[in-house]
Amino acid sequence: MTSPTTTQDRPSPELETEELTGAGIVVRALRDEGVEYVFGYPGGAVLYIYDELAQQDAVRHILVRHEQAAVHAADAYSRVTGKVGVALVTSGPGATNAVTGIATAYMDSVPMVVITGQVPVALIGNDAFQEVDTVGITRPCTKHNFLVKDVRDLASTLKTAFYLAATGRPGPVLVDIPRDITSHKTHYHYPEKISLRSYKPTVKGHPGQVRKAMQLITSAQRPMFYTGGGIVLGNASAELRKLVRTLGAPITHTLMGLGAYPASDRQFLGMLGMHGTYEANMAVQHCDVLVALGARFDDRVTGNLAKFAPHARIVHVDVDPSSISKNVRVDVPVVGDLQQVLLEMNQVLAESDQRNDPQAMQAWWAQIEEWRQRGCLHYKQDDRIIKPQFVVQKLYELTGGNAIVTSDVGQHQMWAAQFYGFDRPRRWVNSGGLGTMGFGLPAAMGAQVAEPDSTVVCITGDGSIQMNIQELSTCLQHHLPVKVACLNNHYLGMVRQWQEFFYENRYAMSYVDALPDFVKLAEAYGHIGLRADTPADVEPVIREALRLKDRMVFMDFQVDPQENVYPMVPAGAALSEMILV
Amino acid sequence: MRHIISILLENEAGALSRVAGLFSARGYNIEAMTVAPTHDPSISRMTVATRGSEEIMEQVLKQLNKLVEVIRVQDLTEGPHIERELMLIKVHAVGPDREEVKRLSDIFRGRIIDVTDRSYTMELTGTGEKLDAFIHALDPGMVIEVVRSGASAISRGAKAI
Repeated sequence: MTSPTTTQDRPSPELETEELTGAGIVVRALRDEGVEYVFGYPGGAVLYIYDELAQQDAVRHILVRHEQAAVHAADAYSRVTGKVGVALVTSGPGATNAVTGIATAYMDSVPMVVITGQVPVALIGNDAFQEVDTVGITRPCTKHNFLVKDVRDLASTLKTAFYLAATGRPGPVLVDIPRDITSHKTHYHYPEKISLRSYKPTVKGHPGQVRKAMQLITSAQRPMFYTGGGIVLGNASAELRKLVRTLGAPITHTLMGLGAYPASDRQFLGMLGMHGTYEANMAVQHCDVLVALGARFDDRVTGNLAKFAPHARIVHVDVDPSSISKNVRVDVPVVGDLQQVLLEMNQVLAESDQRNDPQAMQAWWAQIEEWRQRGCLHYKQDDRIIKPQFVVQKLYELTGGNAIVTSDVGQHQMWAAQFYGFDRPRRWVNSGGLGTMGFGLPAAMGAQVAEPDSTVVCITGDGSIQMNIQELSTCLQHHLPVKVACLNNHYLGMVRQWQEFFYENRYAMSYVDALPDFVKLAEAYGHIGLRADTPADVEPVIREALRLKDRMVFMDFQVDPQENVYPMVPAGAALSEMILV
Repeated sequence: MRHIISILLENEAGALSRVAGLFSARGYNIEAMTVAPTHDPSISRMTVATRGSEEIMEQVLKQLNKLVEVIRVQDLTEGPHIERELMLIKVHAVGPDREEVKRLSDIFRGRIIDVTDRSYTMELTGTGEKLDAFIHALDPGMVIEVVRSGASAISRGAKAI
């Protein structure tokens, strides 16, 4: 919890000439770390830091309207760029508001540094104004956190925070800085490298295990690749494509893994899991070797664990040893960085001529194509009422599949995952692990900051969008022309769907009465609002929104309130027990 | 099955609560937990007595290793090891009981460390079972107060964890 260095490790003052305040050190450290953007919200405990921020241009600040949004935006910035995202908030409520954002990033392993202000050291524990035990509250939802109690530890603590956030299994790291520390002065020295005796993540895969894995994979009659967010986070997409193409094997992604392998490629079977495709789930259930890469066998992916992939021997590659054999017993575990291990796997493959039996593969693909023929994502188009799936399909078509898509949580999230075919990684930004409603709009802001020239679409619902709607104001102030596509069904749609399926149509508190007029609301915030009531309106509305390149546009699609997400594996059922249309 | 896990961790404020928090957050059981600095004052050693299936223990060890401040983790029950616990126990000792308690303490290799005309306070070390046995050997009405340290343990042989 306290700073990682001891007094002896501190640089001797005479080596350094420059004396800075703690606040100055924070800003200098951010510059030295190459941080271009900080997402934040000022308050009493961080005013010295804000004062320093205002006196330089290298680190730019995006002022949000709620601390949760600052963290989500920093999170999305990281997911799109691969860099460490940075958020800055004040003590007490600033920190507690940030917690949902931190927990979201933690569940999805997003590298981030969150700087929180704290009351002066002498007041800690005294129930001072805007005091909260931030390190205590965030301990279970950060990769690590620090309270800096001596300004001489500040620079090395920040360096350690960035190092921890980005290495091994990435995650958010929080640095809590008491107000008085930001005004104390010391010589600035930013360490070049950090080495911690207690933290040595494994990078290279064990060569013997890699060979064993390739042996098993190439001897399979019915191999199946199942990959997750680890491929995206580990920048291992190119190596993955090479391996899967060389083998000619089928591949599915988790919600977090979309884009790692091109959705438009024949070998891709779509997403797996609760709302996965029929072909992906069936292939997992019938394969004889399952290759899990950077995935963690989440309950939304596996369905009933006892019935999961019953015929498969399993290879699992992950940077985090604790992910291996946590939920599912694994036959060949490989711990290591995904990019590195996949490189090693491709090398083994290149040096050997062992390949899967072509006849067996042909039979396997014939079976898969039969499953694919089922057309599990088919929906009935209507000429009067807009189908939400149709909106996502049109968005995909009209953006050429090139948009960065963020989403909130619920039905719209699943439709986005099913119908927007991602051909590249880091284009799909959603809260997969924690399932945080209110993520989409601030995430779109962070993505737009990361790529000002790209089209950023936030696919959302009438429930989720209202959880951080205030960020429309941030979009105006910082000229972030994000496009919101609200699939407005006047319901908390996923809740309603569960109530229809599992609670005998009793729609308890899932109907959203008294929705605002989103068009007027957008206009009130200084943006453009467009509304689509019929299927014929959908394309013109999207075209108009995309034409208004420099404007934030809120598209309100009045969609079928009764539409459900299919297929669906009920909670606790086996993956093959899908509810189909 | 019962397991004794030894943990070396950075001797820093908060490190203990990270370990304790991990056990409660993930629903692992803690029977006892002891912690104190080692001969290297920058390192603390913690001993945790816990119970769980083989799968759970694998996760416990992995999750502990994942904590940034944890330097080394070992399940001592995987090999030969020695386990000791310290107990301080205060009992009523009047009349004929007084001699009996003294004798019992001798049998269990305890030491009387405080005496009044109505009580003895004794110190005993041993495995948890031995300390349990001592308590059971006493008339339940005699025990005034018991303080136990929880298990400390070390592996047999010349090597450190």
